[in-house]
Parts: sequence; structure tokens; C-alpha cells
Amino acid sequence: MSISTRRVRAIFRKELREYRRNRSLTVGMAIIPAIFCVQPLVNVFALGSSASGTLSHEHVLLYMLAIPALVPSFVAAYSVVGERQQGTLEPVLTTPIRREELLLGKALAALLPSVAVAYVVYGLFLACVELLALPAVASALIRPPDLLAQLFFTPLLAGWSIWVAILISTRSNDVRVAQQLASLASLPTIALTTLIALNAIPPSLMTALVAAAALLLLNRLGWRLASATFDRERLIAGTR
Amino acid sequence: MATGLRSGSLTMRGDRFVSPERLTAPDGQVRAPALAVRGLTKRFGDRVAFEDVSFEIGYGEVFGFLGPNGAGKTTTVRTLGTLIAPSSGSATVAGIPLTPENGVEIRRKIAIMPESPGLYLRLSVTENLACFADLYETPDPKDRIDRALRAVNLADRARDACGALSKGLRQRVALARALLSDPEVLFLDEPTSGLDPVAARDVHELIIALRESGVTIFLTTHRLEEAERLCDRVAILNTTLRRIGRPDELRDQLFARTLTIRTLAPISSPDRVFAGLDAVDGWHPGGPATYILAVSEPAAAAPAVTRALVAAGADVLSIAESHHTLEDVYLELIDSDEEASRR
Repeated sequence: MSISTRRVRAIFRKELREYRRNRSLTVGMAIIPAIFCVQPLVNVFALGSSASGTLSHEHVLLYMLAIPALVPSFVAAYSVVGERQQGTLEPVLTTPIRREELLLGKALAALLPSVAVAYVVYGLFLACVELLALPAVASALIRPPDLLAQLFFTPLLAGWSIWVAILISTRSNDVRVAQQLASLASLPTIALTTLIALNAIPPSLMTALVAAAALLLLNRLGWRLASATFDRERLIAGTR
Repeated sequence: MATGLRSGSLTMRGDRFVSPERLTAPDGQVRAPALAVRGLTKRFGDRVAFEDVSFEIGYGEVFGFLGPNGAGKTTTVRTLGTLIAPSSGSATVAGIPLTPENGVEIRRKIAIMPESPGLYLRLSVTENLACFADLYETPDPKDRIDRALRAVNLADRARDACGALSKGLRQRVALARALLSDPEVLFLDEPTSGLDPVAARDVHELIIALRESGVTIFLTTHRLEEAERLCDRVAILNTTLRRIGRPDELRDQLFARTLTIRTLAPISSPDRVFAGLDAVDGWHPGGPATYILAVSEPAAAAPAVTRALVAAGADVLSIAESHHTLEDVYLELIDSDEEASRR
């Protein structure tokens, strides 16, 4: 099966335009990570220099990987069921587009703003820590391996979260239900990143490589699975 | 081409009539029909959407698909448009067998305008069309979009957000979208639904222009005068196909041809006047001084009836052939279905 990049790009561009002009959706995307950062920042500012010793043995900032796991589920869960409710899905499905192309375009469109939001929030968080926390605490918290982990795992985790949300969206009949289920579905990923951040699962290069390979595989699998569950007949006629 | 079907001879293909020129390619080769449907059935669980539907449509034909709400018209369109899989039966669409593997290839050659325009309301008219031009992978999309917008008289609203357009204008954008891919077969599902008479007339003119350019049009509509005006043939569906043919054929099949006669005063013994005429098959009163005569050839019967009336001393006010519309045909069929379902 060949994938048409032009059709994927058409969906990608259309989705991005819609995101840009849908204020409630963009505000929703930005609010979640902002709320997510407040509590850790308050905690960091309250830490004294003595905490730097403990912090240097932990990877607290990996906790921020929960943002790419959580943010895209909101928009990706909307992608199929939202179009269905608006009545815009049927005209798209009457074109020669394959379901794989449609879903890939939607996934990429959800990935781009999600990754951007995750990086920006992470950057702001680091800036606040660097500027406002005690220097010893800041240097214990901000370490190159954690930065690299954030850089590489953000798109991988966001991708996985998107495919789960799209999968839910293809089977759901209501936007709100889809968004709630997708948020719930991202909880195991958030739990995992939290366990790593708290050293319950010790992070290492090997753990990172295995996790990255697993996420790559899961992303590929997610695309296949979401495409397989995308049932034109059920989505158009509301049956099955 | 269109007038050829109305006035020219028809050829038999299977058990359906298709005009011969529509089955012939420019090089003289006999071509497959634009749509050929054989015993097509769709069930959703126990519910039958449509059953055992068969017909053929030639290239360049405008085919009306009529029926009450829930008759299965939209489901038929969706099935032929590869959105829904049939439960049984077979079809070829634009010469391609209707199978799941051929979905992409079929959708390349057709376009469907659903009843609801389904536009992205936050996007401009051009952005909506550009998205679909890319989905159809049309060459030179900008030029194609310009042509489609000009065809529906929307060039001056190209930059407007679709959400700011009236229902009629949105319908026109949806029509422009359906024209982007230069489809061989165009499915129009209630294209004038909710439009004012002027907007509906514009859509009619566009359909006529498309027919003249050789596009096959499958039109579902509730507007029977629209179907009568635009369609070469119509089919009346009520889960099963009730009738198919040219509107005038259907009228002839269902209604006897009649002459309506009005006289100044009631005739004293109409039985004596009408019974002796060979051209008259029967008669019944249509009012105090009005008589409905069943005739096989109105043109031959009218002079004979006039002479007989004058000879009988009647003052004839008018003699006219009764005209049945497609609406009469439709109501006759659908009412008889409802009566049958009540029995």
C-alpha cells in the first residue's frame, strides 16, 4: 500500500488551520501543562541548598514527560469523533483518501502543537528554576542526560498518546467521552514517567534505549491498530 | 446528448433501457455503463435499507432517484460511493467493480455531494477547496479551484470563512468541491434542499451544464418538479425499486390518457354521445358539466368528440388532454405502498 504524502499533507494543513482558529482547543492545550507546572515549581522554590544532594541522585525533571503524554490526548481524541459530529467526515471519506493517510495526517497535526507546547513549557520551567531557585538546587536539577531524555522522549510519548486517543476517537460516539477516556488512557504513561522521576525505576542508558525502541514500535502499532479499527460504515451510518 | 435520450430511440440492455449513444465511446467502441447495479441489497442487522435494486445508467445521463424519507436513497448513494459495503448484489461504478479493494480507484472517478454540505466553517472557501483538491491530487489545483468557484458563481466570496456564508452559499461551495476532481459520475444528494427558488434555479442550470459536458449525474431529490425538469430517467425507491423509466413513460404506465371536456350546461344523455365513439374507451363525470374521457390517442379522439358534442347540441367550452405530473406518479406509487403496508 502506497501512502500519498500530498493527501497526508492536506489533512495535516487543514487540521493545523482549524486548531489555530479554534480558541477553546488551543487554550485547552495550554492550560493543562501550565497547571501541571505550578506545584513542582512551588516545591522547587521552597527547597534549600541541603536538598541538592538528594536531587542529584534523582531525575525529578523527567516528571515533565507527563506533559507530552497528556496534552495531545485532548486534541487527538477530538479528531475523528469531532469531525463526525460536525458532519465534515463524510465528504472527506468520499475522496480517494485511505484511512491510513487520514489518520497519519491527523496524528501529525496533533503531534506538532503538542510537542511545541511540551518543549515551550519545559523551557519556561527550566528558565524559572535557573532564575528563581537556589543555584545549588538549579544545578542539581538541570542535568544534560535529563535534557536529552526530554528532547527525545517528548515526541515518542506524544505519538503514543495520540494513537491511543485516535483509537478511542474512532470508536467513540461523543467528543467529551472520547476526551475523558483518552485522558484516562494516558495515566499509565504518566505513572511510568513519575516512577522513573522518583527513582522507583532507575533510569539508565539501557532503560532509555529499550523504552525508545518500545515506543517507536508502539507508535507504528498504534497507527496500524487505529487504521484497522477505523470503520467507514460505522462512522458514516452510525451502525455496527 | 441529453436531448438524444428524450427524443431518440432507446436500446435494451438487460432489462433496462439505456440510450445507445451513452453506451458508445467517441471511438465507436461500446462502453460499459457509468453505473450498473444488479440485485444490490443493504441490511443493517434486521433492518433492510434497500433490497434487490437493479438499474443501469449511461454516460452523460441525469438519473433521478426518488423516494420518501427512509426509502434507502442516501444509503444507496453511500453504497455506490464505497462508504458502505453492500450486503449482497453487485455493481460497477464508472466501469469499476464495486469491491472493497477498488474503493480508492472508484472514489477517484466519482464525487459525492452529501445532503449536508459538511464544510470546515473556520476555514475560508478557498482553504476548504484547496484541502479537497489535494485529497483528489488534482493537477494545477489553483486553476481548478478558480474554475469550480466560477462555475457556482462564488469567485467573489473565495476568501470568506465558510461559517459566514448563508445555507445556499454553503451548498454552492459543496457543489464546487464536488466539481474539483472532474468526476465521471457525480452523486448529488438533495442538492437544492433548503435553497430559495433563485439558488435552486442556479443549481439546476449547473446540472444542465454538467450534463451537456458529459458528466453522469445521480440525483436524489424530494422535489419532483426538479426531477421532471432535469432527469432523463427516474427511479422510485421505497426500500425496493418501484418503478424506473422516463417520466413520461411512468405517466403512461400508471395513468390512462384522458380528455377533459367542459360544456356550458350538462349534457342530457352523455352515455349516448360518448358510447358510440370508437376513439373513446370510457368516460366518467368530472363535475356538473365536466366529463373525463379515457382515450388511447387524444389527438385522434378530440376532433371526433368535438363533432359528436356539436351534433348533440352541446356548447363546448373546452377540450383538453389531462396532464399527469411526476408527482402524480410518485404519489400513486407511494400511496399504494402505504395502503398495502396498512393492510
